Amino acid sequence: MLPVKEGKAVRSSHRLRWASPFFNALLPLAGMLLALLIGAVMLLILKVNPLTAYGEMVAGALGSVSGITQTLVKATPLLLVGLGICIAFRASVINIGGEGQIIVGAIAATWFALTFRTWPGWLLVPSTLLVGFASGALWGFIPGILKARLRVNEILTTVMMNAIALQLMNLLIRSVLMDPAGITSGTYLAQSERLPEQAWLTRLIPQTLLNTGTLIAVGLAVVVYIFLWRTTIGYRIRAVGLNPDAARFSGINVPFNQALSLTLAGGFAGIAGAIEVMGVQHRLLEGITSGYGFSGIVAALFGGLHPIGTIPAAILFGGLLVGGDKMQRAVQVPNSLIDAILGLVVLFVVGSSLWSQRWAARRQMDAIKHQEEQA
Amino acid sequence: MFKRLIVVLVFVAILVTACTSPTATEAPTAAPVKTFRIAVIMPSAITDMAFSQSMWNALVAVQTEMGGETALELKYSEGMFKVPDAAAAIRDYASQGFDIVIAHGSQYGSSVQEIAPDFPDVTFAWGTDVNTFGMPNVYAYTAAAEEGGYVNGVLAAMLTKSKTIGVTGPVEVGDAKTYIDGFVQGVESVDATINVSKTWTGSFSDVALMTEAAKTHIAAGADILTGSSQSVVGSIGAAKENGSVLWFGTQQDQASLAPDLVVASQVYDWTGMIKEIIAKHLAGTLGGETYILQLKNGGLKIAFNPGYALPAEVKAAGEKAIEDITAGTIVVNP
Amino acid sequence: MNDVFQLSVIAGILTSAIRLATPYLYAAIGETFSQRSGVVNLGVDGIMLIGAYASFYIVLITGNIWLGLLAAIIAGLLMGLLMSLISVTLKAEQGISGIGLYMFGLGLSSLLFKTTIGTVKTVTGFQSVKIPLLGDIPVVGKIFFDHSLLVYGAFLLIPLAWWVLEKTTWGLQIKSVGQNPAAADSLGVNVDRMRYTSVCIGAILAGIAGASLSISLLNLFQENLTAGQGFIAVALVYFGNWKPQGILWGALLFSTVNAFQLWMQVLGVKIPSDIAIMLPYVLTIAALAVATNRVRQPAALNKPFERGES
Repeated sequence: MLPVKEGKAVRSSHRLRWASPFFNALLPLAGMLLALLIGAVMLLILKVNPLTAYGEMVAGALGSVSGITQTLVKATPLLLVGLGICIAFRASVINIGGEGQIIVGAIAATWFALTFRTWPGWLLVPSTLLVGFASGALWGFIPGILKARLRVNEILTTVMMNAIALQLMNLLIRSVLMDPAGITSGTYLAQSERLPEQAWLTRLIPQTLLNTGTLIAVGLAVVVYIFLWRTTIGYRIRAVGLNPDAARFSGINVPFNQALSLTLAGGFAGIAGAIEVMGVQHRLLEGITSGYGFSGIVAALFGGLHPIGTIPAAILFGGLLVGGDKMQRAVQVPNSLIDAILGLVVLFVVGSSLWSQRWAARRQMDAIKHQEEQA
Repeated sequence: MFKRLIVVLVFVAILVTACTSPTATEAPTAAPVKTFRIAVIMPSAITDMAFSQSMWNALVAVQTEMGGETALELKYSEGMFKVPDAAAAIRDYASQGFDIVIAHGSQYGSSVQEIAPDFPDVTFAWGTDVNTFGMPNVYAYTAAAEEGGYVNGVLAAMLTKSKTIGVTGPVEVGDAKTYIDGFVQGVESVDATINVSKTWTGSFSDVALMTEAAKTHIAAGADILTGSSQSVVGSIGAAKENGSVLWFGTQQDQASLAPDLVVASQVYDWTGMIKEIIAKHLAGTLGGETYILQLKNGGLKIAFNPGYALPAEVKAAGEKAIEDITAGTIVVNP
Repeated sequence: MNDVFQLSVIAGILTSAIRLATPYLYAAIGETFSQRSGVVNLGVDGIMLIGAYASFYIVLITGNIWLGLLAAIIAGLLMGLLMSLISVTLKAEQGISGIGLYMFGLGLSSLLFKTTIGTVKTVTGFQSVKIPLLGDIPVVGKIFFDHSLLVYGAFLLIPLAWWVLEKTTWGLQIKSVGQNPAAADSLGVNVDRMRYTSVCIGAILAGIAGASLSISLLNLFQENLTAGQGFIAVALVYFGNWKPQGILWGALLFSTVNAFQLWMQVLGVKIPSDIAIMLPYVLTIAALAVATNRVRQPAALNKPFERGES
C-alpha cells in the first residue's frame, strides 16, 4: 500500500511520462491523417477518387528517383530555414522573416559568385556560402537589434523586411544584376546571369537536381545540435526561451541573446538562398524563395524544434509538397486544393496535444522551480 | 486410353485455336490514330484573362479543330510561378511520353535548357523568348507585343480628349515592357504633346495596387488607360467605376470585362503557331526554330470591341497602322 | 516636381490613402481585440481572403451587397471559431496555427473561386456615398466625405473600438484576460470564452476587411486578392501599440506613403518604381525606430492558459 504522498508523486511522474517521444510522434501523425481525411472529402466533391489522388501523391514523392530527389531538393531549404527557426524559437523569438532572409542570401551569393567568377571552385563555393550566411544574418540582425535596443517587436519588423527584400531583388535583377544575354536579345528577362560553373554545387545524381547542398544542410543540422546543447552560448539561448526571468537573474543578457538568435536564424535562411542559387537554379530569379520562409517554420514545428528532428520533418514536408504537385498533374485538380490540405495539416498537427504537452511540461518545470525557490 | 487421347487432342486443339485467334480476329481496318499529347506549364491561372489564358484558349481551340480529346490530349499545370516546381512538372510530362511540352513562361528557360537534352524525342516549346539554346528539340516563341502596342497607341492618341493617358504596368520586364514601349511610340506618332504617364506596381498579381494606380491616373486627368498582366482587371474595374475612362488591352480580348469601355485589345493568337509545331513534330522536326507572333503572320490580332462605337476615321488610322507594320513601313522598336 | 505640391495632387493622395487604409483598419482593429485577449492570429490574410470570396460570390449571384457583407461576417466567424478551437482549446502554438490558417484560407478561397466562378468578373459593390453638406465642402469634402459605406465604417470603427476597450466592462475583461489570465480567472472571468469572443471578433472584422476589397474598393475577386495585406495589418497592431488610435496613424502612414509613391510615378517623378514601392515599408520601420516608448504588449500574449497552473 503506497502512502498517499508517494501516490501523488507517482501520478505526477506518470503525467510527465505522457510526454514520451513515442506518444509525441503519434499525435502529429493523427492530426495529419485528419487533415488528409478532410482533403479526401474535398476531392470527392471535385469528383476525384481520393485513393487514386493520394496514391499519386505518395508515388510522386517516393516512387521514383526523380520523386525522391525532388523531395530532398525541396527539403534542403526547409531544413535550413527550420534550423534557424529552432534556434530563434528556443529563445522565444518568432522569425517570420525567412522569406526576406533567403532573398538577400540569394542576392549576395549571386553577386559574389558573378563578381569573383575567376576564383577556383574550392575557394569560390565556401566563400559564396559564407557571403550568403552573412547577408541573411544581417537581415535577421536588423530586426534583432531593433528588438534588443528599442524593443520593437520582431513580428512587425520581419514582415516589413520581407517586403523590402522582395522589392530589392526585383530592383536588382532588373538593373544591375540583369542577365546581359537578356539585354542583348531584347527579352529583358527578370533573372540574373548564369552563375559561373565553379560556383555550382555538384550534382549528386545525373539528370536530377539533387546537389551537395543537401549534405551541407544535414551537416549544419548536426552543428546546430552541438551548438544548442553543447556550448555555453547555446545553453544561454535555450535558457532565455525557457524562462527569461530566471535567465536574467542568472546574469544572462536576454535581449542580446534574442538578437543573436534572430541573427543566426537569418544566417541559416541566407544559406538556404545561396544553396538554391548555387545548387538548383544556377542563377537568381523571381520566385526563388518558393514560400520556404514560411514552410520552414512548419518543418521546424514538425521536428519538435529539434535540429535533428527537423531533418525527417523537412523531408516529410518536402515530400508533401512534391507529392502534392504530382497529384495535381495526375488528376488535374487545382493547386489550391493542395494548399488548403497543407494548411489543414499544419492546423491539426499543431493542434494535436503535442504542444499542450510541451506547454504542460514547461509549466511543471516552472512550478518545480517555484517550489524550490520557496523551500 | 482412347478417351484420354481425345481429351488431350481436344485440349491441344483448343490451345492452338486460342493462340491463333488473335491473328484471326485482327480486322483489316485502319489502325487507330495515336492521340497527340500536349502538356503546358504556366506561371499563372488559366483564367487570368491575360498571358496564361491566351495560350490555354489557343490550345483548346486547336483541340476542337482537331476533333476533340481523342485527337489531342491536353494537360496543364498552372500557377507554376515557382521555377523548381515547374521544372519538375516539365520533366515529369516529358517522361510520361507527351509529344510536346510547352513551358509557357520566360522564367522556365534555364529549366528547359537542362531538361531538353535528357528527352530527345520530346519537343519543348518555350516562351516568351527567342533562344532555342541550339538544341534540336527546342522551339522558342515570343510575341512582338510592341506592334499591337503601337496600334493601340495610335488609336488612343486619337481618342483622348484630355491629352493624358495612363499606363498601369506590373513589372518593367518582358512583353509588359515591350508592349508599353510600343504604345508610347504609337501615341507619339500621332501627337507628341500627349502626356503618357506610367506606373509600375512591382507585382504581376497585386490587383489592389493596380486598381489604386489606375484610380490615381484617373484622378490626375487620364481619360484612357492601358496596361498588362493578370492584375489589370483592377485597372479595368477602376475605369468601369469612373464610367467614362476607356481601356486598351493586350494578351487577351478583355472586352468582356467592360463591354462599353474597352476599345480594342491586342490578342495573342497562338493557334497558328501551335498547329505548325504539331505538324513539324509529326514530320520529324522537333525544334530549332523561333516563332514570333506578329501582326504580319496573324499571331497578333487587334480585336476591336463591337460594343464600343469607334469613329470611322480612328478605326481607319488604326487599320493603316496595322497595314504599315505588316508591310514594314513602320518599324516599332521594342 | 512643382506639380507635387499642387492642391489637387495632395487631395488626390489623401483620397487614395483613405481608400487604401480601409482593409488595414478593419483587419488591424480586429487583430487588436484578439491580441489584447492574449491570442496572436497570423492567419488574418487567409480570413480576409475567405471573407472576400464569400461576399463576392454572394453579391455575384444575388446582387445584394448587404447579403454579401453578411456572408463575409459568417465566413469570418467560422474561421475565427476554427482558430479559437486550435489555439485556445487545444492550446496550440499560436504563431504556427495562424500560418496554417493562412495557408488554408488561401488555398480554400482559391479553390472555391476556381470551381464556382472560374474567370475574373466584376460586380457592382458598395458605391460611393456622398455625405450631404459635409461632402460639398470644397476640396476637403471630396477627400473625406465621398466614399463607400465600408470606408466610413472602417474609420468609425476606431472610436468605437477605443470606447469598447477603454470604457466598457467587457473591454476591461478582454484586457485583463490578456494581461493576467490567472487573476481574471480567479475573479470569475471565463478566460477561454473571452478569448473565443475576441478571436472571433477579430476574424469577423478580417472577413469584413476582405469584403471591403472584393465588394467595395476593387469590386472583383481574384486568387490571392489580398497579396499579403493581412500580414501588414498584423504588423500594424504592433506599430499602433495595441491601441486603436495608434493603428489609425499606422494605417494612414502606410497608405499615404503608398498613395504618394503611386502619384509620384504618375507625375513622372523619376524614382525607380522598385524603390518607390519599398518606401512604405522602410518608413514604417524608421517610424518605429524613432518613436520611443514602445511595447506595452499584453503580458499573456501568445501564452495558452491552463487553470490551476501559474
